[in-house]
Amino acid sequence: MRNVVAIAGRELRSYFGSPVAYVLLAAYLALAGYFFYALLIAFNQTLQIYQMMRNPEMLQRFNLNQMVIAPLLHNMSVLLIFIVPAVTMRMFPEEKRAGTYELLLTSPVRIGEIVFGKFLGGLVLVLLMVGLSGFFGALLRIYGNPEVPMMLSGYLGLGLMAVVFLAVGTLIASFTDNVVVAYVGTLFALLVLYTVGWLGETIQGPLGGFVRYASITEHFAEMTKGIIDTKDLVYFATLLFLALFLTHRSVESVRWR
Amino acid sequence: MIEVANLTKRYGDLSAVRDVSFTAPTGQILGFLGPNGAGKTTTMRIITGFLPATSGTVRVEGFDVFQQSTEVRRRIGYLPENPPLYNDMAVAPYLRFVARLKGVARRDVEPALERVLETCGLTGVRDRLTGHLSKGFRQRVGLAQALIHDPPVLVLDEPTIGLDPAQIRDIRSLIKTLGGKRTVVLSTHILPEVAQVCDKVVIISNGRIVVEDALENLTRGRSLEEVFLDAISKDLGDGARAPAAADVEA
Repeated sequence: MRNVVAIAGRELRSYFGSPVAYVLLAAYLALAGYFFYALLIAFNQTLQIYQMMRNPEMLQRFNLNQMVIAPLLHNMSVLLIFIVPAVTMRMFPEEKRAGTYELLLTSPVRIGEIVFGKFLGGLVLVLLMVGLSGFFGALLRIYGNPEVPMMLSGYLGLGLMAVVFLAVGTLIASFTDNVVVAYVGTLFALLVLYTVGWLGETIQGPLGGFVRYASITEHFAEMTKGIIDTKDLVYFATLLFLALFLTHRSVESVRWR
Repeated sequence: MIEVANLTKRYGDLSAVRDVSFTAPTGQILGFLGPNGAGKTTTMRIITGFLPATSGTVRVEGFDVFQQSTEVRRRIGYLPENPPLYNDMAVAPYLRFVARLKGVARRDVEPALERVLETCGLTGVRDRLTGHLSKGFRQRVGLAQALIHDPPVLVLDEPTIGLDPAQIRDIRSLIKTLGGKRTVVLSTHILPEVAQVCDKVVIISNGRIVVEDALENLTRGRSLEEVFLDAISKDLGDGARAPAAADVEA
């Protein structure tokens, strides 16, 4: 555990000791803020139109959760596809380039500790990112009346998605000594994970069901509706453990060659 | 004490190291010599547990590198060919990080840090980023990280490469003081370095050991240069002799 903390601490130091963490946080929050603003404006205009039409039934059907929070969460999840690979791309390639990989692997440290330490360092940054975007939800809570449990469930979904993305990025970064390959490889994998569900709609039978289950968007969408189902939690946990386990094997494979 | 027995490393069809055996007894500084690409770095990477061998065994302080890897890694200080530095870290935090990785107890970290800063002459640059240091200082930080957990075995891959003459002299005298109770393996292709620092010489050429003897036996009546060129030209055949000789004289 001590080694995990040491390695995670060093990761964090390299994120926050350089502009990396700040640039990523700023880019993510600025774009999320823009989406939030645009959604809010659209919500307001629709609301006014229906008020003018004096249609209380339609007014009832509109709420902040559906019109603002859920789309905002979806937009932020798309942002994560582009931001998370930038968090993970340096994890292993930079060590391999600088020769510090040799230091890590010749120290009395278990491979699991190296992998988990690096993952944990990235986790702090990514969860900080998602946590700070909770600001938009808090604003709505102060000035409006969203359903808080539904909102929290959505944010939990976003957080879980970020964690899974991070694990996938860690895995792909462990394959290469090149940051560009790590970034693009992770971006590709995350886009596949995000969009594979589209295929599921056209495929019939058990294969279609599997493809739909494999799509991260399906599980995330459930959570933005306020539904926390064990099935979805199991999905996120499975992907997380699978990615970290494969990273362990990938790092270990240096010792087989 | 390092015991290497019948070590072979193949990368596909290419044999980097073939049936290499030698021992480095405790308290001795062993000079590991050879032309570039002879297999020095590969052998050292296997000794430190970074690379697995294709066949053969390595024992460090009685522990098998493949079976009891963690025990071995606890006891080795390793300076790879390029010092393994994080350029975005200052010297002192970097060495603290390495100390923790190497399993130095929490309360011993600061004394260990002060000790290596002192021995490696780094006190003046302790707050500088390693990425901003000159080659000589980087090399010394590399040596400091190898020494931080006071290991009984040191593996140094070309520790004086790229240094100016004054720095080379400093590093050499430092390495000389490291012998005594430690086992040191030092690779180089600078022959005077071996003559000044080492007790024992192993010459490797083309992945094979061609000479293993005490320095004083080898240099009786001959210079080390003659011994070296003789050994490697026998191995490579006459065609390689002329350029090899020119290489060393230059």
